Amino acid sequence: MEKIKKVVVDPLFNNNPIALQVLGICSALAVTTKMDKSLVMCAAVIAVTALSNYSVSLIRKIIPSSIRIIVQMTIIASLVIMADQILKAYVYDIAKELSVFVGLIITNCIVMGRAEGFAMKNPPFLSLMDGIGNGIGYSLILVYVAFFRELLGTGKILGFTILTPTTEGGWYTPNGLALLAPSAFFLIGLFIWALRTWKPEQIEEVQ
Amino acid sequence: MQKDSFTGTLVVAGLICIVCSFFVSGAAITLKDKQEENKVLDIKKNLLLASGLAKDSKITEEEIEIAFQNIQAQVIDLETGDVLEDIAPESFNQRKAAKDQTMNKTISAEDDVAGIKQRSKYAKIYKVIDTDQQTTQMYIFPIHGKGLWSTLYGFLALDNDLQTVKGIGFYEHAETPGLGGEVDNPQWKATWQGKKIYDEDFEVRLHLIKGKVSESDSQNLFKIDGLSGATITSNGVTHLIDYWFGHDGFKPFIAKHLQQEGSLSWKK
Repeated sequence: MEKIKKVVVDPLFNNNPIALQVLGICSALAVTTKMDKSLVMCAAVIAVTALSNYSVSLIRKIIPSSIRIIVQMTIIASLVIMADQILKAYVYDIAKELSVFVGLIITNCIVMGRAEGFAMKNPPFLSLMDGIGNGIGYSLILVYVAFFRELLGTGKILGFTILTPTTEGGWYTPNGLALLAPSAFFLIGLFIWALRTWKPEQIEEVQ
Repeated sequence: MQKDSFTGTLVVAGLICIVCSFFVSGAAITLKDKQEENKVLDIKKNLLLASGLAKDSKITEEEIEIAFQNIQAQVIDLETGDVLEDIAPESFNQRKAAKDQTMNKTISAEDDVAGIKQRSKYAKIYKVIDTDQQTTQMYIFPIHGKGLWSTLYGFLALDNDLQTVKGIGFYEHAETPGLGGEVDNPQWKATWQGKKIYDEDFEVRLHLIKGKVSESDSQNLFKIDGLSGATITSNGVTHLIDYWFGHDGFKPFIAKHLQQEGSLSWKK
């Protein structure tokens, strides 16, 4: 029980895939202009990481080491295609906006990293939990970035107007930069800064 | 059997492939109907958005169906511009017809500015009817053409003078998000409203320019802001307008209509 809690909670702050391992940055820039998009992306990533970890762990003892990466890749790719199909069937509009980025979950280093680094050595249930934990760790940053980008960029959260922009007769001038990819770098940077102030042991040694 | 042996490797690889393909094809087949339904609805929605009949992209399924009661589809022969009464619009699929040997036409290289190679001989257009006065308020034309990565499919709505743009919208493309993908940007789409397709010689004149259209430009009715950072997509949009409203596209239909109404002062 202690162990399960650790694999789920650790990736949130202690070993966050984006903030500490600096993995999966590209999609964190691409899909965070709006909250609804990010939330769907998060759900897809959590599902894929969890299930790929689980499946890889199930067959970890029979995977020949010479083709293990390809086997992991095949499993991940299949899961991603399935996730993409499901999104297209049930949340068509958002799936359309996410377009290639759902497919690109295949190349998200977090998924592959957890399959190779964790699921190959641990039992299925624990791997499943690790997948969920890492998926949530990734989602945490995505939602945080999307929250500020949508709010500052359009004055809205999930489509509801919070800060009325000047174009609609309000006082808020939307910040165009927030909708562009660089703003996500600033937001992730600020997050890492805050996190490392809180947990100084994450600061890397100066070489 | 050793898992790292030659046969072991082959067996595991083979099994993984079979199991994975089972799941992937299973998902694709079971969800296909639902996805198709979404696609049809999305096309309808884009038609409404292009024509300005729907303002908000969050329109519900029911609202779409209600709005469609005022819309009449017609199949026309592109060559002659005649309406074909014997083809039921519901069963006609222009995109399928473009690939059907018996229904398509290969576009000559010199005409093929939109880069689509083949097109259906017939096209499905839509008329927005004012139910009270029984008049056509708007015509909606399907358009498509090559962008940078993909073929853009969309609709362009014209006012009943068949000259003034009411709106444009693309329902399918795979252009770079943020660059060419900005063809979906509502603000950019709004700039199309009120622009003119044809000049006084009845030639297609509307095109995208580099940068922004200036207010003081006397030709600004024929110019649309280019998409920044997306020259090829912008050119693609210009070309598809050029093609679809040119003599190989809807021009015969438009000319015929204007003649019938006696409002055509242009030479054909």
